[in-house]
Amino acid sequence: MHTDFEISIEGLSKIEGHASLDVKVRKGKVEDVKLKISENKRFYTQAIRGKQFQTVPQLVSRICGTCSIAHLTCCTEAVEKALKIEPSEQTILLRKLMTYGMMIRDHAMHLYLFCLPDIFGKDSVLDFDERQHELVHHAFDVKKAGNDLSKLIGGRAIHPPFATIGQFLSMPDKNETKQVIEELKKVRSDIFELVRIFYDCSFDFRKRTRFVALTSDDFSFLEGVIKSSQKLVIPEEHYWEHLHRVIIPYSQATGYEFEGKDFMVGALARMNLNREKLHRETKKDLAKYIRMFPSENIYHNNLAQAIETMHCIDHSIEILESKDFKPEPKLKIKIKAGKGVGVIEAPRGTLYYAITLDKDGKIDYGNLVIPTAQNQIKIENDIRTLVSKNLDKDKSFIYHEIEKLIRAFDPCMTCATHFLKVNWI
Amino acid sequence: MKLKVGLFSFTSDEGCSMIFIELMNSHFFDWEKLIDFKYCKLLKEKNELKVLDVAFVEGAISTFKEEKRLKEIRRNAKKLVAIGSCAVNGSPSNQRNFFSEDTKKEIKIVMDSFGHRDKVSALNEIVKVDDLVPGCPMDENKFLEVLNKYLKEFKVI
Repeated sequence: MHTDFEISIEGLSKIEGHASLDVKVRKGKVEDVKLKISENKRFYTQAIRGKQFQTVPQLVSRICGTCSIAHLTCCTEAVEKALKIEPSEQTILLRKLMTYGMMIRDHAMHLYLFCLPDIFGKDSVLDFDERQHELVHHAFDVKKAGNDLSKLIGGRAIHPPFATIGQFLSMPDKNETKQVIEELKKVRSDIFELVRIFYDCSFDFRKRTRFVALTSDDFSFLEGVIKSSQKLVIPEEHYWEHLHRVIIPYSQATGYEFEGKDFMVGALARMNLNREKLHRETKKDLAKYIRMFPSENIYHNNLAQAIETMHCIDHSIEILESKDFKPEPKLKIKIKAGKGVGVIEAPRGTLYYAITLDKDGKIDYGNLVIPTAQNQIKIENDIRTLVSKNLDKDKSFIYHEIEKLIRAFDPCMTCATHFLKVNWI
Repeated sequence: MKLKVGLFSFTSDEGCSMIFIELMNSHFFDWEKLIDFKYCKLLKEKNELKVLDVAFVEGAISTFKEEKRLKEIRRNAKKLVAIGSCAVNGSPSNQRNFFSEDTKKEIKIVMDSFGHRDKVSALNEIVKVDDLVPGCPMDENKFLEVLNKYLKEFKVI
């Protein structure tokens, strides 16, 4: 048993963005766990103030390269609510498709490139040998399918230019649509193996956990009400009232509590709270794996992401094969003062935007809560538990276990540090 | 001989890193033969910063720590390429440079606590930059063009 030691991880790897971690153990007790998000602030909350509403979704898209589609879509929803714009059914379907493309690409990056090396005991996907080469092919094929789907709908997979307030500026090309359907069908078979790998994976970390997610009837990430594992049902516009912001002085990001306690958002929360709404084909083919939920094993966040990837593929194929998209006349927007809240599920969990517009359509106030900020306090608390349970193991083992656990949360530091409202004491 | 490459990220949304990861979809198996990724935090834990042929650098420079690190990268890389708008001209990560005095006052406490510079800078305001790949996110064709240029210049192909 080690009684006094410190672990410092400067620059965690295989996560999105920059973070470091300090753990301090004294007299056999974990005294301190500090997850320091070291990504530098870019002050988006201040930057959007006074900007004309049309320009803001594309600007906040730049908060995060990997889930730009989530920021763009959520902010667009908030602006639409403020101006009482109701997008057409077609626009909503196109948003779902674009979001599915992002989910497929983003989950694939996290699972294949960040998590598989842990399972195979390798430093990196760059070190995979012949035995794993087929999986590397899968990784890039699946990522490409997601990328191509978002491109088809949004014109680009990162900061997509076709998605605007109220409508899409361009409709998906028919030939390209056929190609993307083929691509999605082709990679669908790869997902079985991915799901199996994370199902067979023996990594285990369990703790009583409060889960929170936006739950939609077709598991499309964009609509519905927020549910929690304690059976709370919250309309989107009231979500903020259940959150409590916690200032973390050593981190450039802010943490959140839900109902005064730590909690978790993300794929595991969605699977725990809404799995019966997955696509019927996904439910049919992955029944054995879906039965693992509800689960409090944090590593099942990876399994949940793999299952969601299949759902995104299945629902996208169905929409693309059954709908004929037609250009819409240019939307006339009546500018007025108002307040709007948008909530969607980003790849890493619930994303919240509140926007207030003045009578000229300029942003008066903007507030956003991102998934990693909501998970941050739980990540620290879980690391504390993990280290306490492993004090008899050597330091490099503990070090590696911590990195693995953090990776399972799939944190995104770039998202976490866009804004601030800090009251230092 | 492979091209020794590093990928570095400063203040940005890492969208250019994402474009790089997406380019791997069609280029991974070629690059595997041609490129030795000496430094790439996004993909590996064990990274080393020494004698790089080319450093691709994303993001603008917003803190003193970043400034120091950029100079260290410059010392250890034969060529340094700025990728994406933030690295090339500072924008949009440099938004705070244009804040009103009142807003600047509002963010001062964070700036002081985390060692932010007075101004967010593009890379070439601090070090010599050999090539630029503009765009937000970076233009992928231009990136491939620059990469191929260096593969030839360093006689890898």
